[in-house]
Amino acid sequence: MAELRLDNVIKEFGEVRVIHGVDLKVQDGEFVVVVGPSGCGKSTLLRMVAGLEEVSGGEIHIDERMVNRVEPKDRDIAIVFQNYALYPHMSVRQNMAYGLKIRKFPKQEIEQRVNDAADLLQLGEYLDRRPNQLSGGQRQRVAMGRAIVREPSIFLFDEPLSNLDAKLRVQMRVEIRQLQRRLGTTSLYVTHDQVEAMTMADRLVVMNAGVAEQIGTPLEIYERPASIFVAGFIGSPSMNFVEGRIAADRQSVVIGQDFSIPLPQVTDAIQADQPVTVGLRPEDLHLTQESPDEASLPLTVDLVEVLGADTLLHGQVPHLDTLIIARLSGVPQVKNGEVVHLAFRPRRLHLFDRDSGKSLYYGQNAA
Amino acid sequence: MLKRVHFRRSYLPYLLVLPQIAVTLVFFIWPAAQALYQSLLIEDAFGLSYEFVWFENFIALFRDGNYLHSFRITIVFSAAVTFSAMALGLCFATMADRVIRGSSVYKTLLVWPYAVAPALAGALWAFMFDPTLGIISGFLKTVGYDWDHRLDGTDAMMLIIVAATWKQISYNFLFFLAGLQAIPKSLTEAAAIDGAGPFKRFWTIIFPLLSPTTFFLMVVNVVYAFFETFGIVHAVTAGGPSRATSILVYKVYRDGFVGLDLGGSAAQSVILMAIVISLTVFQFRYIEKKVQY
Repeated sequence: MAELRLDNVIKEFGEVRVIHGVDLKVQDGEFVVVVGPSGCGKSTLLRMVAGLEEVSGGEIHIDERMVNRVEPKDRDIAIVFQNYALYPHMSVRQNMAYGLKIRKFPKQEIEQRVNDAADLLQLGEYLDRRPNQLSGGQRQRVAMGRAIVREPSIFLFDEPLSNLDAKLRVQMRVEIRQLQRRLGTTSLYVTHDQVEAMTMADRLVVMNAGVAEQIGTPLEIYERPASIFVAGFIGSPSMNFVEGRIAADRQSVVIGQDFSIPLPQVTDAIQADQPVTVGLRPEDLHLTQESPDEASLPLTVDLVEVLGADTLLHGQVPHLDTLIIARLSGVPQVKNGEVVHLAFRPRRLHLFDRDSGKSLYYGQNAA
Repeated sequence: MLKRVHFRRSYLPYLLVLPQIAVTLVFFIWPAAQALYQSLLIEDAFGLSYEFVWFENFIALFRDGNYLHSFRITIVFSAAVTFSAMALGLCFATMADRVIRGSSVYKTLLVWPYAVAPALAGALWAFMFDPTLGIISGFLKTVGYDWDHRLDGTDAMMLIIVAATWKQISYNFLFFLAGLQAIPKSLTEAAAIDGAGPFKRFWTIIFPLLSPTTFFLMVVNVVYAFFETFGIVHAVTAGGPSRATSILVYKVYRDGFVGLDLGGSAAQSVILMAIVISLTVFQFRYIEKKVQY
């Protein structure tokens, strides 16, 4: 059990700064997921916590101990690698026992711990096999087992599920989360998969280009993304973005030529005539009849994707040069080339500063 | 319906494999057969007459103290060369694997000795160890060791071991480096987190994972020490002093071309051939079946 604290952590490779000062506090027993596109520095961050990369600036604390200069083996952490990093010449049992053996645990205790972990992970019958005789999911479990037997104070996961097929990934995701709950071990989990991030995390860190753009619970991040990047990264399909401008009276935002959306509330964050990016999630759009009372967007449908439970409409809105996607529940009778009308509740609207990309406004505040 | 394909009977396939077969026949099968045949003959020194004697040449060999001595020193020589060339190759490869800047220069330099002809490698070391002019023997003299490989059999053996090892390190280095680079970095990282220090990591993770490479190199090195060191021995010691460095392959040459005992020499080469064949068989069997992950 431990608390992990990152204070303004910086990483530089030579002249290039890849992590620009990340602050993060992981509570005891918390499961924090770091999510971001490839190359955003999330793995580097994890490797710094593990001690596999040197910290160029800032401090990493495990409980009250500053660990910047502490060897990986003395940090009391265990890591699950993307490729599992199982020792191929050792049996499952030897793989799990390796760390304990090196730390000179008594034989009996090693055996006890390995057997307990094997029971927990349903690996009992595979203990004498070599890793190459196991399936991907089983290898993943062995990697987990190797982390568990050490009873570390922090688990680190480096994209542990990305080598598995889709179905297994969903299953392992649940298993890892249940296991972590049962053991109550503080965990830092890195992934590029936003579904994994949303479903597993107690709290999420969304990283982009070496910066932690937003830290919060999955729902907070979904509902109140702090920037265009976060808004576009979390949610599938991505949020629709349209260029717009705040009206002179600050009561509405104008997109396209003259399509005006009333804002539920006026805040000081926005100024008259300010150029903004308007964000709307595909799932917040719904079909409507054209009527003068309700504001609606005409959408010329290019493509209909039927997912079963939902249907995705891809299309163009006149005078807007961006592709718009709407996610509708059920299977509406819409054909390619047809024009449909889409409506949304203004309080589902997001506004972002066009230059900085920072969030200015979410309609939800107002409601 | 698809038409069934018929190939016309043609000589083309035979023509295409002909060069290969011709080369094998002329350069391998024929001499090997000749050696086999001659090993059963006793011929006079002028090649005017011969007598078919079945296995007498072989029997004579194994009763000959000189031959058994040669066998013994060959085993010592090849064991020493194999061990030191592999140990040093592995050592350099492990170090080169950690170098990041300028690693290609480093690697290129380490590979150079492999391009030096055996006789030249021998001459090089013979100069450095020359009892009167050599820099290394001069140094040895200052620390109180009187080096003279022309008179001292042990010194001579050490010298050819050094020269033969030096030439083979490059080869081992290359293979070990490739083997090391094939081991995922995350394995050593996992071991580091599991608490293993650098030495422990090397012996419990890296070395076992290199075992296919190690085994392959062992066979190759033994074959090298047995057969390809002729040039070094010839240039440095010519088998002396007093047969102290007359390893098997050198003795074949001495007895056959200098001593003109063609039958005995052929019998020795047949034995060498048997050794290399069994090593090769052993290697293929073992590498394909046992040492694998």
